[in-house]
Amino acid sequence: MSNKFVEPEGQLPDHIAARQAWMAVLAEAPSEKLKSAWNAINDADKPDVEHLRTPERGLVMVRGRAAGIGERFNLGEMTVTRSAVRMADGTTGVAYIGGRDPDHAVIAATVDAMMQSETYKSLAEDLIVHPLQANLEAAKKEAAQKTAATKVNFFTMVRTRDGK
Amino acid sequence: MTTILSLSDVKPGFPNPVLDSQSTFRQVLDSLCRPGSIRTLQLDDYPDGLNQAMGAIALTLFDYDTPIWISDGEMNDAIAQWLRFHCSCPITPKPEEAAFALCPSPNLAPSLSSFAQGDTKYPDRSTTIIYEVEQLTGGDPVTLHGPGIEETVTISPKGLPAAFWSEWDENAGQFQLGVDVLLTAGDQLLGLPRTSRRVSQS
Repeated sequence: MSNKFVEPEGQLPDHIAARQAWMAVLAEAPSEKLKSAWNAINDADKPDVEHLRTPERGLVMVRGRAAGIGERFNLGEMTVTRSAVRMADGTTGVAYIGGRDPDHAVIAATVDAMMQSETYKSLAEDLIVHPLQANLEAAKKEAAQKTAATKVNFFTMVRTRDGK
Repeated sequence: MTTILSLSDVKPGFPNPVLDSQSTFRQVLDSLCRPGSIRTLQLDDYPDGLNQAMGAIALTLFDYDTPIWISDGEMNDAIAQWLRFHCSCPITPKPEEAAFALCPSPNLAPSLSSFAQGDTKYPDRSTTIIYEVEQLTGGDPVTLHGPGIEETVTISPKGLPAAFWSEWDENAGQFQLGVDVLLTAGDQLLGLPRTSRRVSQS
């Protein structure tokens, strides 16, 4: 049994890259935002799902490499919750999210399944994935702007100290 | 393993993993502490080819640390995919490497001595073999004695391979090494730890 992590070679096929992108959005979105978007949808429009794996919590070791190229090291453990669901037509959705919110994991897994199905894709995309994605991007931009405003110009500091 | 796991046919696991696996663990433990007693295990959904009790034991005891051997004829995809998804356990073709052996068809399983027997430092590293038999009662009676049995107990599982009991005598003879056996039929379980010896017929 090999535990070695194998890094994927080359570019991923488009459908996998697209799925990774929406799974990342669903996992990164704040729980309240995801839940309110989900609850805004009519129950009748949502697919029935069975739980392949009821949501369960666990720890994963997060590993890093210095500057992305150095030797791998263990950065620390983080809590994750995972879930897997299946719709009546056999489409399965899975989710791994940071934190301990089982409802978040189930909703994310269900939306992942919906995104793969012809019938539910537009509903899930328009009402959940796209708004959350826009939200995340806006939050990132705001954080970047706030950070930029506090940028220290080291050259100025040096000059100030010289001129005292 | 690089094949992609297809989830569209995988059966679900325990509806309540924590409590269900704890109660199954307790039943398995009791069955080995009180050889001869018959326990009942609960599991709603399990892959074709396994029975309810085997499925519950697999979900409770198997994990990424325990290589599993499956009797050849039953090495079907439904069981392998289900084990991979729920237990993340490696599946081995070599019985001597297995921590657990799943034998839905006991007649296809090799002799008890082909499995891991443990070593003198770590006798616990032997294989636990899980057999499916037709019934746990109604077969030829066998009388056992040993720890956990007050005087003697008589069991009569039906559908074990013909050579089983002579192999079992050899297994008991090499104590502290040896395999442990769990007999299952439907949702029922009967434990045979290596310490349970057959009372000699003479």
